[in-house]
Amino acid sequence: MLDHVEIAVDVRSAVKRYGEFTALKKISLSIQDNEFFTLLGPSGCGKTTLLRMIAGFEDVTKGEIMLFGNKIETLPPHKRPVNTVFQNYALFPHMSVLDNVGFGLEMLGKSVPEARKRAAEMLELVQLSQFAQRKPAQLSGGQQQRVALARALAPSPKVLLLDEPLSALDMKLRKAMQIELKHIQRETGITFIFVTHDQEEALTMSDRIAVMSAGELQQLGAPREIYEHPRNMFVADFIGDTNLLEVSVDKIVEGRAYCQLGGNHTLTCNAVDDVGVGAKVHLSVRPERLILSEQATEAESLKGTVVENIFIGTDITTIVNLDDGPQFTVRTSNSDRGTKRLIAPGSPAFVNMETGAARLLVD
Amino acid sequence: MSANTDVKTYTGFRFMTILCLVILYAPLAVVTVYSFNASSSITVWEGMSLRWYVDVFVGPESAKFKQAAFNSFSIAIIAASLATAIATAAATAIVRGGRYKLRVPSLGLITLPIMVPEIVLAVSTLIFFNSIGFTRGYLTILVAHTAFCIPFAYLPIQARMQGIEDTYEHAAMDLYATKAKAFRRILLPLMMPGIISGFLLAFIVSLDDFIITNFVKGAGIETLPTAIFGSVKQGLKPNIMAISTMLLGLSVVMVTISHFVSKWDNTK
Repeated sequence: MLDHVEIAVDVRSAVKRYGEFTALKKISLSIQDNEFFTLLGPSGCGKTTLLRMIAGFEDVTKGEIMLFGNKIETLPPHKRPVNTVFQNYALFPHMSVLDNVGFGLEMLGKSVPEARKRAAEMLELVQLSQFAQRKPAQLSGGQQQRVALARALAPSPKVLLLDEPLSALDMKLRKAMQIELKHIQRETGITFIFVTHDQEEALTMSDRIAVMSAGELQQLGAPREIYEHPRNMFVADFIGDTNLLEVSVDKIVEGRAYCQLGGNHTLTCNAVDDVGVGAKVHLSVRPERLILSEQATEAESLKGTVVENIFIGTDITTIVNLDDGPQFTVRTSNSDRGTKRLIAPGSPAFVNMETGAARLLVD
Repeated sequence: MSANTDVKTYTGFRFMTILCLVILYAPLAVVTVYSFNASSSITVWEGMSLRWYVDVFVGPESAKFKQAAFNSFSIAIIAASLATAIATAAATAIVRGGRYKLRVPSLGLITLPIMVPEIVLAVSTLIFFNSIGFTRGYLTILVAHTAFCIPFAYLPIQARMQGIEDTYEHAAMDLYATKAKAFRRILLPLMMPGIISGFLLAFIVSLDDFIITNFVKGAGIETLPTAIFGSVKQGLKPNIMAISTMLLGLSVVMVTISHFVSKWDNTK
């Protein structure tokens, strides 16, 4: 299959154990050439371990790692044509910025002038030419980050590994760097493997995301697919904000599941395989796909009371308690405020949703 | 700092401070001042003169002192260099060797000689040389100095190395450097202030040593401290104060350099 797409990194049943502890439980995934691929998960999920195994800093307990068809899991780091942008940048503090960027080329046997020439080009790419002679400590965090990027890109690696490179930057700079990184990835055509625990960052930058938890792959797909069709509870909860509700399935008719929310509230959603009548499962609805109204607008409007309106800048979050039922979070875009009046806390309100907004989850 | 915890407000603080400083430095001050005395007497001041400094270099005992100085400096340079090389290797192994079982014992073994009474070291070194049939002379002093300088060279190197994260070496290896190249190009330059500082400390410890040297040196070979001791036994003369003052000055300079080098940051 997919013979027209080249696989850059193929992780085959990779297992990593530290003594008794298993950090990675048989992970398999294929990362395509030219792809911006993100390993996403909370700390301790094994994402950094997997990255370090690809870089060569951790050995593979079991399984294989292929780089463009070649087995690399037994090679030492300096023999793998991949480069890493480290979380704390790890710029060599005693060398100038220029020599830092040229280091990889020099180690590959290029002459010093040749390495410096290429390093100067790379510094131009990240717009830091004027700092070439400075020491890393004289640069700001954002500038150091770009030097680290230039240094890792200078030897033209086949794959670039990025270990939470933006986590030390403040939010404004981080957003700017997200766009710049994505841009550089497109321009160079190098496969990026990006590790982050920030789901928003992952959604912004990635072509595909592998969501990991507890050493296991939870879901792999494009950002939109993962956001809109989370495969399980963990993914729905970890990616974005959501209303997670415990429901029991009353009946399934023509592919629609009728779910009991408690307090005589029901709602329908698309039935899924593995969830039959009588099942007690979870249901996920994104807050931005809910609409509040003062009057019942459809048969399925859920009646409740507004608890609180929270202003968060672009949006307004409204918390609604259903009568004798669960709590809902509803998000209204701030740009709608001309057409929609806020419902004051204590007032009754109805929660409405579009068809397909709610998803049943397999735990 | 709040007034009631500031040590300066304690009763007798000023008195104790001055007392300690006097006890520590009065003898040194006396020797330094009287080394510039024009008199042949060591206690009667007769005016300012460089007479005894000239005497050290051209006086009747100058040949002996010059030979002793040559021995002292050559031994200090060679012993400090060897000790620093060994200490650098030891620090690399202990700091970068991971959590191996004998890590704490190795650290103890390498720094323990600082705590061992010097006279015990001196006697045991002498017995050791005798038992292996090593003829006492220049070489025995050199070997003994190299050995006892190692812990002094080791401590600043280890302190420096503990502050260097291993991600630098990872980054170097990620950028196609072999382990040897990562050590030479990254770790060694970052350790250099510690290494220089360790060398200077070892140098000054070797230069000043008397007890061990006196035990292991053969007849007819002297270092500066043993030569000074020999001279003093025949009567205290002001030229001894001139030599002592010069040695004191050298020690102060070296220790000061060592202090600043250990704080020197080659990353700025």
